[in-house]
Amino acid sequence: MLIQLLTRTATLLLSLAVASILIFAFMNVLPGDPAEVALGVGATPEQVAELQARYGTDRPLATQYLDWVAGLPQGDFGTSFVTGAAIGPQIVDRFLVTLWLVGAGMVIALVIAVPLGTFAAVRHRHPDGVLLAGVSQVGIAVPNFLAGILLIGLVSVQWQLLPSGGWVPPAQDPVEFARRLILPALSLGLVEGAVLARYVRSTVLNVLREDFLRTARSKGLRPYQALVRHGLRNAAIPVVTVLGLQLAVLLVGAVVVERVFVLPGLGSLLLDGVANRDLLLVQGVVMVLVLAVLVVNYLVDVLYTVLDPRLRAVA
Amino acid sequence: MTAAEPFATPDGPDVLRVSGLHVGTGRDTLVEDVSFSVGPGERVGLIGESGSGKSLTALAIMGLLADELHASGDVRLRGVDHELLTAGEAERSALRGDTMSMVFQEPMTALNPLMRVERQIAEVLLIHGTRRERAAAAAAARDLLAAVDLPDPERIARRYPHQLSGGQRQRVMLAIALANGPELLICDEPTTALDVTVQAQMLRLIVDGVADRDAALLFISHDLAVVATVCDRVLVMYGGRIVEAGEVRQLLTRPQHPYTQGLLAASDLEAVDALGHLPTIEGSVPPGGRFPDGCVFRNRCPRGDERCTTWPGWTGTERSGYACWYPIGSAHG
Ligand SMILES: Nc1ncnc2c1ncn2[C@@H]1O[C@H](COP(=O)(O)OP(=O)(O)OP(=O)(O)O)[C@@H](O)[C@H]1O
Ligand SMILES: [Mg+2]
Repeated sequence: MLIQLLTRTATLLLSLAVASILIFAFMNVLPGDPAEVALGVGATPEQVAELQARYGTDRPLATQYLDWVAGLPQGDFGTSFVTGAAIGPQIVDRFLVTLWLVGAGMVIALVIAVPLGTFAAVRHRHPDGVLLAGVSQVGIAVPNFLAGILLIGLVSVQWQLLPSGGWVPPAQDPVEFARRLILPALSLGLVEGAVLARYVRSTVLNVLREDFLRTARSKGLRPYQALVRHGLRNAAIPVVTVLGLQLAVLLVGAVVVERVFVLPGLGSLLLDGVANRDLLLVQGVVMVLVLAVLVVNYLVDVLYTVLDPRLRAVA
Repeated sequence: MTAAEPFATPDGPDVLRVSGLHVGTGRDTLVEDVSFSVGPGERVGLIGESGSGKSLTALAIMGLLADELHASGDVRLRGVDHELLTAGEAERSALRGDTMSMVFQEPMTALNPLMRVERQIAEVLLIHGTRRERAAAAAAARDLLAAVDLPDPERIARRYPHQLSGGQRQRVMLAIALANGPELLICDEPTTALDVTVQAQMLRLIVDGVADRDAALLFISHDLAVVATVCDRVLVMYGGRIVEAGEVRQLLTRPQHPYTQGLLAASDLEAVDALGHLPTIEGSVPPGGRFPDGCVFRNRCPRGDERCTTWPGWTGTERSGYACWYPIGSAHG
């Protein structure tokens, strides 16, 4: 168990190192020096040289890379060539917003997907189960931004129940925070819920065919009791895998949803960075997004060994 | 046989009585007009080739058929007022694991891979209220493990199924099945997946287990030798029908049905023909629902003729008889 944890952790660290190299390399093979890019076409060679010297981009790439990476663990992402501001604090602020959005979206998705997917599986021979499977199929096809726009149109404009956008930190006003989080989280979570419901349905269908479920019933459990006590935990294992993989999808969705709901998250920071040609900022945001995906998948791996004793036992 | 004839075993009313059992998908009939009974303390074998409907018969009795299959007929357990096939899920699940229980064919997949063995045994005691507290149920589970001859039950109890061998898992299954002292134990090829030495121990545990509890046993197998060591009486099943029934010794020495004779010949390892081939029954078992009309065995039967296109009906009593126009020993063929 401990050895497995250590190998997994080592793998995580290695993946992070590789990812940081790739991201750094990718940003730096783009034609033009970051300083040139930041200054735009009208800059004189002297201005460029001055900026290069100021931000150290005249140094060898390897040195620049090591310098950048060394700062990351302390949350130092360097200083923007464009605004001259430290990038780290911005990323941290924005990351919290995205974390709330994605986290709430994921919770909504699970709250929808687990009961509905299970129901659709148990009732797969009945019209209601088939209908539910069909509805989730349609849900998958809806893009997040469309869900967002529809929700704004209905809930904010038509019924005037909730604000259509903006952000209030939870510490400042928890109620207003929640009111503003609901719609963007729903735009993300409803669509994701449809995707997950399909996975839940198919894994529960597989579990329903398992011999051990029949054994559970042969002991005197009713079908639904057998499913709840013996089936769902077995079904959770493949669903957790998908959950980890879907996080990347959810982060991409968050970029769009943050735009629609004017949320100051990582997604909008990324888009701002691209618009301002702030390469170091873009590099930092991408690194954080990759970090989030890798860490969650690492946690999923650890969760596996908690869920499934077969993975624990390497004597 | 069409109508279940009245009969009684010497030791009182039957524990299990099945009359006119049919199992089918909407389209195909997989088990047809199966009737038999098992008396108290009696050990009845159900034999037949793969695909003859043995498991479906057992699952229909337990009420554990897959959703797409439907059973009709009359299934009764001693001491239970209502007919089982038409009873509600609540009544049926109250009987399962308590009054009647089952050991399945495949020990590798029959246990929940995510639950410790102790909890899986304790569960059946808690469900039926045999034990009320978890700790008491866990202690009883360890006793049950010891009773099925598992060495170091304390340690086995803490294990997950994947940490046990097939034979150990099947013992765990038996411990679960015997936990509440059932009146009827159904074993569906409990040793088919096990190697020979383990097989013999398992069979002894089953026989002792039912004897200790004075339970009736319905024992499914396609191995005649195994049935001969375990059972008092045998039902031979083919094509979803019972084609012959009788006392073990009588059936093995003087089979009436050509199918039974074929099974006997096929299991006789001494009999090798001139070319060195073991005898087998000519042809193969048709897929479910695709058996010939009339006598289900007629397309593979050496003795069949025109008459066999109609079902021969049952000759003899329910405990001992056959369904054949031309039984072995009759003048024909
Ligand atoms: N759910 C199902 N739907 C359709 N046909 C089925 C279903 N389950 C079983 N059958 C068919 O019913 C027939 C009898 O199956 P059954 O499992 O009772 O055979 P068996 O005698 O137990 O054989 P084995 O020795 O291989 O276990 C087979 O032809 C099988 O294919
Ligand atoms: Mg079978």
